[in-house]
Amino acid sequence: MKRSILSVAKVIRSKNSGPYELTLDIMFKNRAGYELFKRKNIITKNKIAALYHCRIKDILKVVYFEPAKALKITIKRPIPSGHPGETDIYGAQQHAPLLSITF
Amino acid sequence: MAVRKKEFRVLSTTAILGYGFPEKSFRAGLARKPDLIGADAGSSDPGPYYLGAGKSFTNRSGVKRDLRFMLTEGVRRGIPVVIGTAGGSGARPHVDWCEEIIREIAREEKLTFKMGIIYADIPKPRVKHFLRKGKIVPLAFVPPLTEEILDESINIVAQMGVEPIQKALAAGCQVVLAGRCYDPAVFAALPIMQGFDEGLALHMGKILECAAIAATPGSGADCAFGTLREDSFILEALNPVRKFTPESTAAHTLYEKTDPYHLPGPGGALDLTACTFTALPGGRVEVRGSRNVATPVYCVKLEGVRRTGFRTVSVAGTRDPIMIKEINGILEAVTHQVHDILKAEKIDGRVQFHVYGKDGVMGPLEPEKKIRGHELGIVIEAVGATPEAADSLCSITRSTLLHYGYPGRISTAGNLAFPFSPSDVRMGEIFEFSVYHLMPVTGRELFPLKIVTV
Repeated sequence: MKRSILSVAKVIRSKNSGPYELTLDIMFKNRAGYELFKRKNIITKNKIAALYHCRIKDILKVVYFEPAKALKITIKRPIPSGHPGETDIYGAQQHAPLLSITF
Repeated sequence: MAVRKKEFRVLSTTAILGYGFPEKSFRAGLARKPDLIGADAGSSDPGPYYLGAGKSFTNRSGVKRDLRFMLTEGVRRGIPVVIGTAGGSGARPHVDWCEEIIREIAREEKLTFKMGIIYADIPKPRVKHFLRKGKIVPLAFVPPLTEEILDESINIVAQMGVEPIQKALAAGCQVVLAGRCYDPAVFAALPIMQGFDEGLALHMGKILECAAIAATPGSGADCAFGTLREDSFILEALNPVRKFTPESTAAHTLYEKTDPYHLPGPGGALDLTACTFTALPGGRVEVRGSRNVATPVYCVKLEGVRRTGFRTVSVAGTRDPIMIKEINGILEAVTHQVHDILKAEKIDGRVQFHVYGKDGVMGPLEPEKKIRGHELGIVIEAVGATPEAADSLCSITRSTLLHYGYPGRISTAGNLAFPFSPSDVRMGEIFEFSVYHLMPVTGRELFPLKIVTV
């Protein structure tokens, strides 16, 4: 039986990291959840590419950050912040596809 | 160098100057006898407009209110007050704007003090010199800089490090007003000058620049206090409703960063791989192990924008299920028709649709292709070379979409519901980021200091 990421994550958010990058944070409720995701490599660049319809080379980093029991993913913004046609100046509403992750 | 103190105490008043703070928190900070009162006043987050237009994204009366507290108490007690990225973007007009507010407060409160004003504007010939030598490096996903882009760019600034602020403080300035600035430098310049560890001072600054955002519950409108020691620093909230926890502090290290273990800044990068966060009684956190590693070449980050044109928008909606089902094809066909008209009329511009209920929030990143709602919100965004061109483009697009005869249409009186009359709104001149690159610093000083008596 698959479980939702919401059963182990307490914060899932997105934000600009400068005008050209979008950074996604997943903070886990406890060390067990963090360790499980890290050990089983549940979130890969391939998975992010599928969730965000982006290319692997547009994914800059996937980093596990021990002190915050968190996973950080940084991807290319399809359109830099504030350019014509852009949709989210602060990049704060780009997290939703992560909510569908199951494990 | 001054005789080494055991501690260096910093009061950070608010996450962004003008966001405010409770007076009680500020007083609690003063009672802890700070060696420095600081605030970061800017961000590139609100987008390119503010740098381009020379305007602040923060409210003038909010900025004045915050500064009044900081200046009156700082000057009266002889505590240095440092403001970084004045006016939100830190270019000349932003610094001038903030200087005017400071002078106004000084007159009203009858304060007099020595102020160091540091400008962060970078002359284009300087950038061009390095560009021709191939020394201007784009940051991730940023297109390479060209001379053409550089020529079109305005208000180019660089993020200063601690050195220009130290120079002003060493000259005895009571208040330092800095243009575009690496946020942590506001808080780290003075303690580093007094011999405290660079890595710890910058990491503490990195957290204090957001003030109580790193506490829990977090707030951008409350003070935070940092105590720097020989081999650690301690953070505390100044409001009994908040505290710093190892988790809140570590989580903040992630915020708006690409890689939480390596945080690049002017001339170096913070290495947090050996960092520990320990809870102390009283809602405090002690941080150890932060290191600053100098880069082989001292580089600063340049920021600049160019004018894209002028924007006019129109807000509308549709409730027609047949139209909603056909929306992609309809918008494509309307775009084609509009472009044909533009070509014939020789209007220069482009049009885009923000379709809420489809992919208005995520655009090309939206994985959900199915529309589930019973209505769609449509924002027509028209960008032209002049305000008149943007108006024409918006008007042509609106009327074309309103009356477009799509396949299967049974609602033949009009395709759109407009909430407003007039339906089209001029948004004025707009800008886009054009410079976001690293430039080496050699020889001549980049950040001129002007010392004035207020």
